[in-house]
Amino acid sequence: MMLMSSQTAGSRWRDPAMWMAAPAVIFMLAVFVYPFIHGLILSFQPLEGGMLSNYVKFFSTDNLWMTIGVTLKLALPATLINILIAVPVAYRLRHKTPYQKIATTILVIPITLGTVLIAEGMLTYFGPKGWFAQILQTLHIYEGAIRLTHNYAGVVISLVISGFPFAFLLILSYITGIDPVLPRAAATLGATPFNQFRYAIFPLILPGLAMAFCLSFVQAFSVFPSAVLLGSPAGATRVISIAAYEAAFENYDYSMASAVAMIMGAVQLGVVVIVLGARNLFYRGPVTGGKG
Amino acid sequence: MNQATTTTSPMMTSQSISRQPAPKRRTHWASRAWSGLVVGLMTFFLINVGLMIASVATNSVAKRWLGTWLPNGWTLEWYSAAWQEFQLGDVLLVTIQVVLSVVALSILIGVPAAYTLARRNFRGKKLLTGLFLLPLMIPPITYGIPLATLMYELHLAGTLPGVIIANLLPALPFVILVMTPFIEQIDPNLESAARVFGARTFTMFRHVLVPLLAPGILAASLLVLVRTIAMFELTFLTAGADTQTLVVALYYSVFAAGVRASQSIDAMAMVYMIVTLIWLLIAMRFVSPTQLVSRVKEHPQN
Repeated sequence: MMLMSSQTAGSRWRDPAMWMAAPAVIFMLAVFVYPFIHGLILSFQPLEGGMLSNYVKFFSTDNLWMTIGVTLKLALPATLINILIAVPVAYRLRHKTPYQKIATTILVIPITLGTVLIAEGMLTYFGPKGWFAQILQTLHIYEGAIRLTHNYAGVVISLVISGFPFAFLLILSYITGIDPVLPRAAATLGATPFNQFRYAIFPLILPGLAMAFCLSFVQAFSVFPSAVLLGSPAGATRVISIAAYEAAFENYDYSMASAVAMIMGAVQLGVVVIVLGARNLFYRGPVTGGKG
Repeated sequence: MNQATTTTSPMMTSQSISRQPAPKRRTHWASRAWSGLVVGLMTFFLINVGLMIASVATNSVAKRWLGTWLPNGWTLEWYSAAWQEFQLGDVLLVTIQVVLSVVALSILIGVPAAYTLARRNFRGKKLLTGLFLLPLMIPPITYGIPLATLMYELHLAGTLPGVIIANLLPALPFVILVMTPFIEQIDPNLESAARVFGARTFTMFRHVLVPLLAPGILAASLLVLVRTIAMFELTFLTAGADTQTLVVALYYSVFAAGVRASQSIDAMAMVYMIVTLIWLLIAMRFVSPTQLVSRVKEHPQN
C-alpha cells in the first residue's frame, strides 16, 4: 500500500474510495506476503550447512527431487482430462433451459464430496469385494483383480472426480458469456455445429480455457489427502506436498519445509507461465465483442 | 466419397462436408452421434460416482458387509458411534464458527476492496490485482507451510483465530475476484446521483450500493461457505487437537483407520457430505453457476 500510493498523486490520499482497499491490502501483506518472505529467508537458513544446502539437499536426494516429476505426472493428465471432458459437456449445456439447470446441479454435486469421502468411497466401491468388481464379474466382462486403489490410477481417478465439477463450472461460465449471436451468424453462413464451435466459440474461450487449466491445475498440483489415502505415499504417488509435510511436521525442519514449499510454488508458477504464454502464441486478436 | 465420410469420425465428417451445401442429413447424424457420445460419457461418469456414494451410504448403515451385494443387516448405531467417537458435536461447532467468521470477514473486507478495483484507476493497480490473484494461483501448501511456521512461532497455530485467519487467506481474494465484475456492471451514474444529493461515500455505499450488490454478496458468501467447508490443507496445517474442522477430523479418522470400524468412518463421511450438499443446493438456488466468472449478462443493459 505504502509503496504504491506514494507514487500516486497527493489528491488520492483524500479519496475515501482508495482507502476502502486498505484492510484487504494490510491483510494480504500480513498474512500472505510477510509469511512468504519469512519462509523464503528461512529456507536459506538451514539447520546445518551453507545458505543453499537445503536446495542442494533437495536436488541431490532421490526421494525428494523425484517428487516433482511424480506430482506433475499426476496433476497434468488429471487436469487435461478434466478440461477435455468439461469443454464438450459445457458446450452442450450452454443454452438456458430447465434441463440445463438440473444437469448442471447434478454435475456439480461431486464438489461436495471432498477428497476424503472420495477416497473412502473408492476404497469401498473399487475394492476387491466392492460393487464395481461384483458388477464386472456378474456381467463376465472382467474377472481378474481390480487394481484401481493404492496406486497411480486411484489418485488420477479421484483427481478427476473432485476436479471435474470445478473445471466444468468455470468453462460453462466462459461459454455462456459468449454472445449467442456469434455462433448463430456462423450458422447462417452455413457452418456446421462443429465448425461453429471450431471457428466461433473456440477462439473466444481459449483465454478462459487457459485460465481454467491454471486454476484446475493448482488444485491437482497440491494433491495431498488422496495421494496419502488412495495412492502409495511411499512410492508411485509420493507427491511434493507429502515431502513438504514430512519435513515440517515429522522432522520439525521448518527451514527444509520452507525450501520444499518454495520449490513447489516455483514449479507451479512455471506451469502457469507456460500455459498463459502458449495461449498468446496460439491466438492473437480480439477476445470479446462482435467484430470478426 | 460418401463411403469414406460415413466411416470416419463425426468431427472429420462435418469438417470435410462444410464446403458442400447439400448433405444436411449427414450433419445431423454426425452431431447426434457426437452429443450421444458426450451424454453417454457423462452418464457413465455419474453412474459410477453415484454408486460410489451409494456404497459409502450403504456401508454406514450396515451391520456387517463382507463381499456380498447387500449387507446382512441394517443399523443406525454407527452414526451415534461416530458422534461419540469423533466428538462430532465439538467438531461441528468449530466448523460452524470457522466457516461463519470466514464468510463474514471476507465479505466485510473484500467488498470494499473490490469496489476500489472496479471504480478507480491508479498506478500499481495491476500489481494489486496480481497480489489478490496470486493466492488462487499457487497451491495452498506452498503458502500454508510458511504461514503455519510463523503461526507456531507466534503461538497462534491451534487456536480458533489462527484457523480463521488461515482460511481467510484464500477466501478474501476469491470474494474480491467474484465481486469486482459485479460492481463494474452497476451503473456509476447511480453513485453520482447519490453524491449530487450530498451523500458521502459511506452513506452512498450503505444506501445505494449494498442493496444493489445484495445478490452478488449472497452468491459470493455461499461460494466462500462451500469452499471453506471443503478447505483441507490450510486447516490441516494450522489446526490443533480441539480446533479441527469436519474435513480434517474426517481425514484423521481415515488415516488412523484400522483402529476404528470402517462403518463409523463412512457414517462421518456421510455427515460431511450432507452438510456440504445442503449448502451447495441452497447456493445453486440463488446463484446461477454461470455467473461464477463472467459478467452478469442476464439483464441486457446495452
